[in-house]
Amino acid sequence: MATSSALALELDLEPFAGPFDLLLALVLRDVVDLGEIPVADVCLRYLAEIEEQGELDLESASEFLVLVAALLELKIRLLLTPDEVDDMPDAQEAAEELAARLAEYARAQAAAAWLAERLGEVGTRVFRDGPPALRPPRPQLEDEGTGDPLALAAALRLVITRTDEVSEPIHVLRRRIPLGRLLDHVRRAVRETGSCTFDQAVKGLGRTEQAAAFWAVLDLIRAGEVIVEQDAPFAPIRMRAAGHQSVVVRAAA
Amino acid sequence: MSANARVVEALLFVTSEPLNERALAQASDLSEPDVEEALMVVGQRHAQGVSGVVLERVSGGWALRAADETAMACARLLDQLAQRPLSRAALETLAVVAYAGPVSRPEIARIRGVAADHPVQSLLERGLIEEAGRSDRPGNPLLYRTTTRFDRVFGLEEGRHSLPLLDELGDDLPDASAVRDRLQAMAATQGVSIEAPAAAEHLS
Repeated sequence: MATSSALALELDLEPFAGPFDLLLALVLRDVVDLGEIPVADVCLRYLAEIEEQGELDLESASEFLVLVAALLELKIRLLLTPDEVDDMPDAQEAAEELAARLAEYARAQAAAAWLAERLGEVGTRVFRDGPPALRPPRPQLEDEGTGDPLALAAALRLVITRTDEVSEPIHVLRRRIPLGRLLDHVRRAVRETGSCTFDQAVKGLGRTEQAAAFWAVLDLIRAGEVIVEQDAPFAPIRMRAAGHQSVVVRAAA
Repeated sequence: MSANARVVEALLFVTSEPLNERALAQASDLSEPDVEEALMVVGQRHAQGVSGVVLERVSGGWALRAADETAMACARLLDQLAQRPLSRAALETLAVVAYAGPVSRPEIARIRGVAADHPVQSLLERGLIEEAGRSDRPGNPLLYRTTTRFDRVFGLEEGRHSLPLLDELGDDLPDASAVRDRLQAMAATQGVSIEAPAAAEHLS
């Protein structure tokens, strides 16, 4: 379709124009029948482009959404009678919003055109540019304490004390939890009681040990030493020995 | 030239920023009426066709620049980045900053309907816009405004105040109601062809 490739071309030039530019052109200059715009094709094409770029530019992507939503809304209106359209307050509001934004953009375009014209009118203006060759004189310092050695010492003391606070080292010890010890712990709990809940087995252990103990339980399930049941999420986890034999073998190993 | 005119001429010669009457009066230790009188004399001496350096009213102050007839020669000597042709995106962005500034990048993107990163960067490099603090909107985006250099390149006598009012720009400029009417007119005319299969076909 001819319109399809023309549209795609416009979208390729996005950094230079943008969806509003396109939409304004479509609406005001009547270049194309809105009903003829294949929205699905435009979307696919845009998705392909995003994939090519490798990164998602959220700003332009959201603006694209605005454009496509506007197009879809216009097309939907084509299928409705005027009465039905009037019954869609949201759509009416959206159309107002879109119209206001398009008009705002049209003003920006007109201002840009004026600037371009102005450049042509005034021609190239050459003037001394950049930082001034001669610096303006420094403003006189009015701080009374500037020349006072005691004030200087006080200021230095402030800086020193502040630095001490900041550079106070904090030692964080890395805790090591031997998994073997917890395997034995869980194994013993199951063997001694024959059947117990996870909560009973880890009673008295710290949070980190409890977490490691759960890992140990998973390891024991994998080894086929225990059978674990739970009726519902967050219900007590019941554990029992899978067979006395394997526990012994495993413990011996 | 009077002694007063010579002082004012020297002050304008050694600076690169336009100076207003107040700054000239402070530096020269003259009264502002004396400065204004001196500026008349300097202006006569530095007029187009009289001098290679001309006095101009720009950006709410006074400055010296190369006379129009010498611009080509100056351009051969100096590459003025700010004077290179601007892309359409850069011009639109510049227009938004000039009229709506100080304005943030997201706001520029909202008005133009497209990301403004590249044009903003290019305008910053040319020194046509500069940072102007941060917005108190969420994320505290940087705000931008046009520079004195912008005023000078575009020959704006009173800076932004010399920009034409948006209402004066072109009679055919559509306002919101015109765009809305157009949208509705299109929907109405095409609504007649609801039964046409061609219209429904593309809705998928």
